[in-house]
Amino acid sequence: MARPRLPKPPSPRRTPPRPGTNKVVNGKKPGLKENAAEAGIATVGWLDERTGASPFLRGFLYRKVPKGTNWFYTLGSATMFAFLNQAVTGVFLAMYYDPNPTKAYDSARHITNDVWLGAFVRGMHKWGSTVMVLLVFLHMARTFFFGAYKYPRELNWLIGFVLLVLTMLMSFTGYLLPFDQRSYWASIVGINLNSSGPIVGPYLADFLRAGSEFNSVTLSRFYSIHMLLIPGAIVALIGAHLYLVAKLGTTAPPWLKAEKAKELAKEEV
Amino acid sequence: MPGAFEGETVTRRGLMTGGALAAGGLASAAFGLPALGFALGPNFSRTEPHRWQDVGAEGDFNKASYVQKIIDLVADVGDAGKTTIYVRKYSRAVDGKTTDQPYVAISNRCMHLGCPVRYVQAAQRFICPCHGGVYGPLGQVDGGPPVRPLDRFYTNVENGRVLIGPRFSLDSNFKRFPHPRDPSNHLDGLWQYLYPARPTT
Repeated sequence: MARPRLPKPPSPRRTPPRPGTNKVVNGKKPGLKENAAEAGIATVGWLDERTGASPFLRGFLYRKVPKGTNWFYTLGSATMFAFLNQAVTGVFLAMYYDPNPTKAYDSARHITNDVWLGAFVRGMHKWGSTVMVLLVFLHMARTFFFGAYKYPRELNWLIGFVLLVLTMLMSFTGYLLPFDQRSYWASIVGINLNSSGPIVGPYLADFLRAGSEFNSVTLSRFYSIHMLLIPGAIVALIGAHLYLVAKLGTTAPPWLKAEKAKELAKEEV
Repeated sequence: MPGAFEGETVTRRGLMTGGALAAGGLASAAFGLPALGFALGPNFSRTEPHRWQDVGAEGDFNKASYVQKIIDLVADVGDAGKTTIYVRKYSRAVDGKTTDQPYVAISNRCMHLGCPVRYVQAAQRFICPCHGGVYGPLGQVDGGPPVRPLDRFYTNVENGRVLIGPRFSLDSNFKRFPHPRDPSNHLDGLWQYLYPARPTT
């Protein structure tokens, strides 16, 4: 007598299609447009599943801003884009520039006169530097007059101060690089200004010149500080600056009074 | 000690944490300190060698007026390493005891912030184009912001040729400082201790 057996489990059907893919709507297969949109969503989904970035990005990009936020609040972003302009044009200028005292001027001249779009890119870098300094000061003035440096944002004010100093150092070190008469003598004067500080001043000047006189490595030293050392520090500090902005939020303009909850307002009367 | 076994003075976790931090610090120092020394190195050694440069025969120079010559401060960097000097034969009547050199060779580096001064014969003055420094015929400050007389160079005569040696600085009494100071560095009285001689000069 055959023993009773348990019925076999039903054999699985083939893996069902993932939701959202190859949808058949009203009996129509997805067209090229649907498939293209699907590919984009799928790529973002793939990345998000592996990085978990979307909660962070949602918090960063969709954070609430106070009532009264106005165009003055865009000065910080404007400064950052001015910096990005400097960074990108600077990287490409470096492809043609030669920081050798006997060749620097000619390489800068070559960029302006011979390289296709060279005058434009060099002009972007030159005028962009002035724009960046202006925007830094406007941004600082906005922060000051709106009282946005007060608790709990003092640390961001300090980071901003360091960024201001670094921007000034960028201007100082970049001024020498065209290596014409004006930039040479302006840098000589600037270095000797450093030297006028008591005790440490002369050593600072020696550091900037890499010696007691303007010599064969002074220009490459300025170049290295200008395009590697300080930009690295600026990128890192902009990151910290933005992190604190997102973490602490922005302030309302000073002419807006904080709204009281209705119950509290009634109690006070 | 909480968390530690009998007789142990530090927890195993604490030892591992400390060890990992120490290893990280050591690794950072291993590249950081040499890199820092590399960047600061020129501060601690003489960067330009002393040398004597021929600027012409003795007959090219006189006691009455300055002759303009160009010498190398730094070799191999083209025009950026050259400087103008003003050379005149020592004259007892004019120089007196202000110098012991056979020739007076005055640097054109302004002692305010280092711009190039020029000698204006009609005014008998060295005049700086940048911030209005004015120096008398010996290089002494006559007006404007400069803090001390113009630097000079050691001079020598060999086989009838005038040789220009290293630079030296002067205070306002023409006392010589063999280690030249940068422009903007005061040298009178106590100031000289605020602007010490550096290893590079």
